[in-house]
Amino acid sequence: MPEIEKREIDHALEKWAEHIASSHAREETLGLVGLVSHGDVLAQRLTRILREKGFRKIQCGAIDVTLYRDDIDLRQARLALRSSDLPFSTDGMPLILVDDVVQSGRTARAALDAIFEYGRPERVELHCLVEREGRQLPIHPDYAAFRLTEEGAGDTVRVLLTEEDGKDIIEY
Amino acid sequence: MKPRKDLITIESLSDEDIRTILESAVSMKEIFTKSVKKVPVLRGKSVLTLFYEPSTRTRSSFEVAAHRLSADVTTFTPSTSSVVKGESVHDTIDTLMSMKMDYIIVRHKNSGIPAVIARHCNASVINAGDGAHAHPSQAFLDAFTIREHFGAVEGRRVVIIGDILHSRVARSTSCILQRLGAQVAFMGPRSLVPPMRYTGIECLADWDAVFAWKPDVIYLLRVQNERIENPFFPAADYHHAFGVTEQRLRRIEDEGMAVMHPGPVNRGVELCDAAMEYKNCLVCNQVENGIAARMSILYHLTPGTLS
Repeated sequence: MPEIEKREIDHALEKWAEHIASSHAREETLGLVGLVSHGDVLAQRLTRILREKGFRKIQCGAIDVTLYRDDIDLRQARLALRSSDLPFSTDGMPLILVDDVVQSGRTARAALDAIFEYGRPERVELHCLVEREGRQLPIHPDYAAFRLTEEGAGDTVRVLLTEEDGKDIIEY
Repeated sequence: MKPRKDLITIESLSDEDIRTILESAVSMKEIFTKSVKKVPVLRGKSVLTLFYEPSTRTRSSFEVAAHRLSADVTTFTPSTSSVVKGESVHDTIDTLMSMKMDYIIVRHKNSGIPAVIARHCNASVINAGDGAHAHPSQAFLDAFTIREHFGAVEGRRVVIIGDILHSRVARSTSCILQRLGAQVAFMGPRSLVPPMRYTGIECLADWDAVFAWKPDVIYLLRVQNERIENPFFPAADYHHAFGVTEQRLRRIEDEGMAVMHPGPVNRGVELCDAAMEYKNCLVCNQVENGIAARMSILYHLTPGTLS
């Protein structure tokens, strides 16, 4: 199974933060909201890098979108819920939703529904670590650190991150 | 958590089921702090509340919980229905099932009725109290409230005081607390605390024994006059012997114990007025947490599957 290693992930996160820094002003109040699990870890790492780059007003939060998913009746048992933590008002703020993998677009759709129940952000961008082919909804990430084509990828993509899984690696 | 259709008793749940439902209750409570206090997870699902016994808080708590999950709620009132014309429970359920309900929340004065209904239909059945048998959603909200207040249930000492014999709350709440690693003791009128029936639960003689046991939580049961044909003693005598009087409250405050009650409180019987104002009186927390716990229960049950 092909892999993307920690060194490449670290490098991708630096480039990702540079992309955000190039499209947002440092004095701007900006919110990074990660989708649990893994998206929240990526949002925290990006927030740390961006603070070092002078983004003093950046805010970081996490949301669990399980209760907004459209596949509840397709599963025999309910998914366990994880805590959301959005300790700031999103009203009028530009937000970046951060996910580990965007493929069908259904999780991102659920995240959009969820985020608007916390307030009315000024605008919302979708960023991800890995974008795969296989979109089922007209939703596309504004930024993807890695893009995997069908030829290059297996059936599943697994993103492992040290904070959740003990190591950084992407298997595909 | 494995697929589960019904919630009839705490005893029927695995440890994993209990922990999963409690964990999810925390996430459900987070919804209360959002500008939109509602999630779409049960959109299009039908919930029926079927209460053959009077209830204010349990019924409204389940209804609020179902609304916050975006379910449609139908309230069935047996006192104004065909039940008063002699319709059996089975016939009532057949009628209601033809309305394609997904969840039925049942309270009945007879033990075992929710289990009978659960076997009789595809809907998820939640026992909202059956006779003196079980009240599992109360158990979840009690465990959730203790966990929230102390950080964990494990290792806590909880004394339940009152009419244990007639109390479904005592049965279900003591069961969940023991399963989560708490120590439980009972105290009450001797004839209403049958010690041989409970394993691992100490029976304390009086308030002196309660204070000597050093509980973290004093849990007062409601005196259930509706289940007792001939009251054992006047309310003032009960308060003096088993209630939280102002004098006992001072000691409870000094030692920082929490006070809980399933409600509705008979003021001057189980609790003095001042006890309701005590900072560690968790009765209002129990009401709020009841909604979160019931949201979690509704979410985790899957209609049409086998329990």
